[in-house]
Amino acid sequence: MGYQVSREAADRVFEQLGQDYDVFAPKVFAGEGCFSDTDVIRYGKVNTLDEIEWERRSDYSFKEVLLAVNETLFYFTENETTVPSCGEKKILIFLKSCDLHALKKLDTIYLENGPEDFYYKRLREKASFVLMGCSETCENGFCASMGTNRSEDYDLYLRLSGETVSIDCKDPDLQAYFEKEDGKACDVTPGYVTENAEKVTLPKNLSVDSFAKPIWEEYGSRCIGCGRCNFVCPTCTCFTMQDILYRDNENVGERRRVWASCQVDGYTEIAGGVDFRKTQGERMRFKVMHKIYDFEKRFGYPMCVGCGRCDTVCPEYISYASLIDKLAKEEA
Amino acid sequence: MGLDINTKKAKKNAFRIGKVRGEGASRIRVPGGYLKAEILGLVQEIAEKYGNGIVHLTTRQGFEIEGIRLEDMDAINEMLQPIIELLDINQENRGTGYPASGTRNVCACIGNNVCPFANYDTSQFAKRIEKEIFPNDLHFKIALTGCPNDCGKVRLHDFGIIGMTMPQYDPSRCVSCKACIKGCKSLSVDALRMENYKIIRDEEKCIGCGVCVTKCPTRAFTRSKKKYYKLTLMGRTGKRNPRLGEDFLLWTDEDTIVKIILNTYRFVKEYIDPKAPGGKEHIGYIIDRVGFAEYKKWALEGVGLLPETKMKECVYWNGVHFDR
Repeated sequence: MGYQVSREAADRVFEQLGQDYDVFAPKVFAGEGCFSDTDVIRYGKVNTLDEIEWERRSDYSFKEVLLAVNETLFYFTENETTVPSCGEKKILIFLKSCDLHALKKLDTIYLENGPEDFYYKRLREKASFVLMGCSETCENGFCASMGTNRSEDYDLYLRLSGETVSIDCKDPDLQAYFEKEDGKACDVTPGYVTENAEKVTLPKNLSVDSFAKPIWEEYGSRCIGCGRCNFVCPTCTCFTMQDILYRDNENVGERRRVWASCQVDGYTEIAGGVDFRKTQGERMRFKVMHKIYDFEKRFGYPMCVGCGRCDTVCPEYISYASLIDKLAKEEA
Repeated sequence: MGLDINTKKAKKNAFRIGKVRGEGASRIRVPGGYLKAEILGLVQEIAEKYGNGIVHLTTRQGFEIEGIRLEDMDAINEMLQPIIELLDINQENRGTGYPASGTRNVCACIGNNVCPFANYDTSQFAKRIEKEIFPNDLHFKIALTGCPNDCGKVRLHDFGIIGMTMPQYDPSRCVSCKACIKGCKSLSVDALRMENYKIIRDEEKCIGCGVCVTKCPTRAFTRSKKKYYKLTLMGRTGKRNPRLGEDFLLWTDEDTIVKIILNTYRFVKEYIDPKAPGGKEHIGYIIDRVGFAEYKKWALEGVGLLPETKMKECVYWNGVHFDR
């Protein structure tokens, strides 16, 4: 059950929300794409509904709102450490169904995989999620194959159509903002796609024996190890640690955690110089098997949500979707 | 009756007088080398009707229709009209072909319509310059290239325009992957290093090529909103002293470049050797004669440089001397 309000009313509500929430949504950053005169769509703070990119899938996922690219864990002086504060306001995140499914995987890793992560949890607890529907399939997405094309686990659903805004609100806190406005009750069902151009079948019989498959080297030999596939992925959660000693006073500094990529040099390098996965083929195998095999073995469902961002961003035109589909075909 | 043709006029009208008596070629300028495919069909028609069916792709990105009869020049000019209009070439009288040929076609590499390295739309800037300077009988050669790779070989021209971008670095998006450092070292000038896991850019060394931006996997490096250019001066080929153009302005903008080019026309009018054969003297030789300081005075007349622009106070050229 939902209702409709006028666009004006929705704008008023949005302004009100801004008093209590930091709102993050996909935005077009004009001219900030990889190549000249190209844009990038990534998450940023928004103040109005117009700033939001509603249609196109963001190039980078929502994960950076909950997991900053660089996050200072603590500052240290000689004898003391200080944990940075994380802001007063609550957080509202606009996202699409695939990313809402990805949220579950982030929760799994950071909250249900051993000790809870303090930094993730403190942001997660004050975050609410606004679903944006999909009117048509995005490039390379295969959400229908992964069963992530629909989601009911939203706090709020918003759809803009001209001068009216359709709303379905499940969160009482958010509901309170809309109650001040006159709304017309009606059925509101989030838009979703039922079919993608890409259809992917997951292989069912992967095992450690799959390590010997030639496909890893086939793809690995094409990979340049830039890590874009990891950085755009809504479910990649790896980070590395950096201790920074301030240049002017080496007794003071900070410890940061920073996004890491299993495809980039250094990821498996340990003290003494041993590097476990040296070739891009081995790294490709690790990534793919983690997405659709290791994670599932441990938690009962695959990690990948089929958003297709990794395929779209790869400068070498490596299609992860095509790779896993080939693995499935090899089994048939 | 023998053929009675004013060859000076014909040359100015963009016809070449060939080595075969009575024959020549029709030269079509294509600013920025950027054209709709339908023009190819029009060129073909002329070549098959009035030429020998052969078209030469010129070194300045134009067409040269070979084997035309010189008595057909007027008829060819009529057929050139739709090409001239499609390419938006400045013209005084319709149907009379090109009003000048001294100022040569403005060349450009493919630019950022296609190339991932290019820092701007080279063809559009080429067309803007063409609109400003053509027609003119003075011998000017201008070329544009998208990035310091200089695929456009612009340093062989009087004016070389090289695309630059001022890298914008957001340390909060940087994951210390070193893709920019490796890219800058292997493909460019090794202007980046890492300190405390973040990138330090040597601003003196950086040539604004944009490799760091294309290599960055997280959008920590992005391009400046403003497009920047390097302007190189007075490169040339030729018999006496071929040489590469030298840097004059770094981190300059489009408007400045256009103004300097227009100022240079005034400079040349003032100082060109009145006895120069065919009224044609390379600008570089004029500058060699009157001195760079005098040229600079004329070139910068009414020009306000951007605060970030770096100007070479004096420019020295080398090259090969066959004239000493």
